[in-house]
Amino acid sequence: MSTTTAQEAELRTDAIASALTSVTRPARPSALATSVTFGWRALLKIKHVPEQLFDVTVFPVMMTLLFTYLFGGAIAGSPADYIAYIAPGVLVQSVLFITMYTGSNLRTDIDRGVFDRFRSLPIWRPSPLVGMLLGDAVRFMVASIITALVCLAIGWRPAGGVAGVAAGIALVLVFAFSLGWIWTFLSLILRTPQAIMGVAGFTLMPLLFGSNIFVDPSTMPGWLQAWVDVNPVSDLVTAVRALMDGISPGGEVAISLAWSAGLVAVFGSLTMWKYRDPR
Amino acid sequence: MTELVIETAGLTKVYGDTRAVDGIDLAIPRGGVHGFLGPNGAGKTTAIRMFATLIRPDAGHARVLGHDIVRAADEVRSKVSLTGQFASVDEDLSGRENLRLIAKLFGFRGAAATRRADELLGAFGLDDAADRQVKKYSGGMRRRIDIAASLVVSPELLFLDEPTTGLDPRARNEVWDIIRALVRHGTTVMLTTQYLDEADQLADRISVIDHGRIIAEGTSSELKASVGSGTLHVRVMRRQDRDAARDILARELGIELGTTHDPQALVAGLEDRSGVTRALAALEQAHIELAQFSLGQPTLDEVFLALTGRPAEDEEEAA
Repeated sequence: MSTTTAQEAELRTDAIASALTSVTRPARPSALATSVTFGWRALLKIKHVPEQLFDVTVFPVMMTLLFTYLFGGAIAGSPADYIAYIAPGVLVQSVLFITMYTGSNLRTDIDRGVFDRFRSLPIWRPSPLVGMLLGDAVRFMVASIITALVCLAIGWRPAGGVAGVAAGIALVLVFAFSLGWIWTFLSLILRTPQAIMGVAGFTLMPLLFGSNIFVDPSTMPGWLQAWVDVNPVSDLVTAVRALMDGISPGGEVAISLAWSAGLVAVFGSLTMWKYRDPR
Repeated sequence: MTELVIETAGLTKVYGDTRAVDGIDLAIPRGGVHGFLGPNGAGKTTAIRMFATLIRPDAGHARVLGHDIVRAADEVRSKVSLTGQFASVDEDLSGRENLRLIAKLFGFRGAAATRRADELLGAFGLDDAADRQVKKYSGGMRRRIDIAASLVVSPELLFLDEPTTGLDPRARNEVWDIIRALVRHGTTVMLTTQYLDEADQLADRISVIDHGRIIAEGTSSELKASVGSGTLHVRVMRRQDRDAARDILARELGIELGTTHDPQALVAGLEDRSGVTRALAALEQAHIELAQFSLGQPTLDEVFLALTGRPAEDEEEAA
């Protein structure tokens, strides 16, 4: 028995030694290649934990049906009339709301120790985060398509056609990717996924509800109109509406892209600064 | 002159009021296993995390394989690997997917990444578990996949942070075999452990760390010799006899006896063995029954006790 174990140990150490010797180190991969690899990891996780798709499937359907039928009659006379107004807005809302899962997912990675493995690798530093957000972009795309399909099913007929809707979704994805950097930063400074969800929910509430997603701001009191006016989500919604309705979009597309660039510049930098030495 | 893999001067990391690492100076030569021994919360992991560039020092300097850990962090990362409580694999993915992921991140493409993953799975005896999610692995398998993930490209220096904590004896022996294989291949291993026998078994040199400071350094035999050539171990049958036995031995031998976490045990360094027979007779006269009365080399446990004034296991709760 003990000799067999000794022989087994001998064989095992030989195998390990040969596995160490046999390897030739390949050239260092590009920043894009490592980011895409991390995106691939995010998709593999969906394969193993399909429950992850719950928030991007059930949630948008629920939001769309709930808000259309809850407010439709009161605001626009009937849900059918309301859908034209609310469809682009509820799409923005669904996607932006689920971006906050990015933060708690990252915190889970940090707590489980996977993240330190990634940080100890000789790769372009932001790639685990960029890859994670790219993987999330796929989830957001699923949410967008599902929301759009539900809206179509209950009578939404966007004048912009497929091209207009696609352009609108693309703009939402760009903004969502940029917003994600706020949550990555939060997950590096807060200790628990619950705390991150709490702060993220608190931040998103005024951004999403204090906007022109559900109602025309002209009925609101002055102070609220002022907030809705400076809220970047309002600009995003206006731009997405214009694109989907086939109207030539105004400056709001540029404003939304500028906000996206600003979010990446500020929170991307803050994230990478904390990334060197997280708690 | 021997080449140094790790060289530090006054390396310090502070968390709030705690000086987790409090000015350590190290010079670790290439080759073999260097043991970092200390109780939980002593600062071992914090030090390792600084060497692996996961956290930045608050003061002092460190060079790993000749590269500054702050200014040349990327060069350090390309030459070292880290495995341990804090550098793990993705539990949701399978073993093969994890290794393919790391291989891709090192620049292996498609089929080459899969080939490398399969090679490592084979070497670590994980072929059968390759497509299972890592969260379904046993403790020993889990540790093997963690180590395999650190060996996708051969590192010059491998940090193993408490590699056998929580493993059963069989799995622990497997990890020890793996470490010996790595050393034979020429990899330098830096190992943290709170198990004295582990440091004794594997490490060529040991740094004892406590409260963020290095309190002793040397080979296992040097450390033992620093405590004294011989040690007296006494274990009484009934724990209420311990204090009486302590008084008698102190009187007869003229030494101070220490206690350990074992409520029946007494231990002391002993240079002069001449009074031992007399002491034994005195114990018998006092009707103190003994479970053990022996003279021998000190264990690392006693080394730790002698160096810190308290047993190594004492702080486990505090961490």
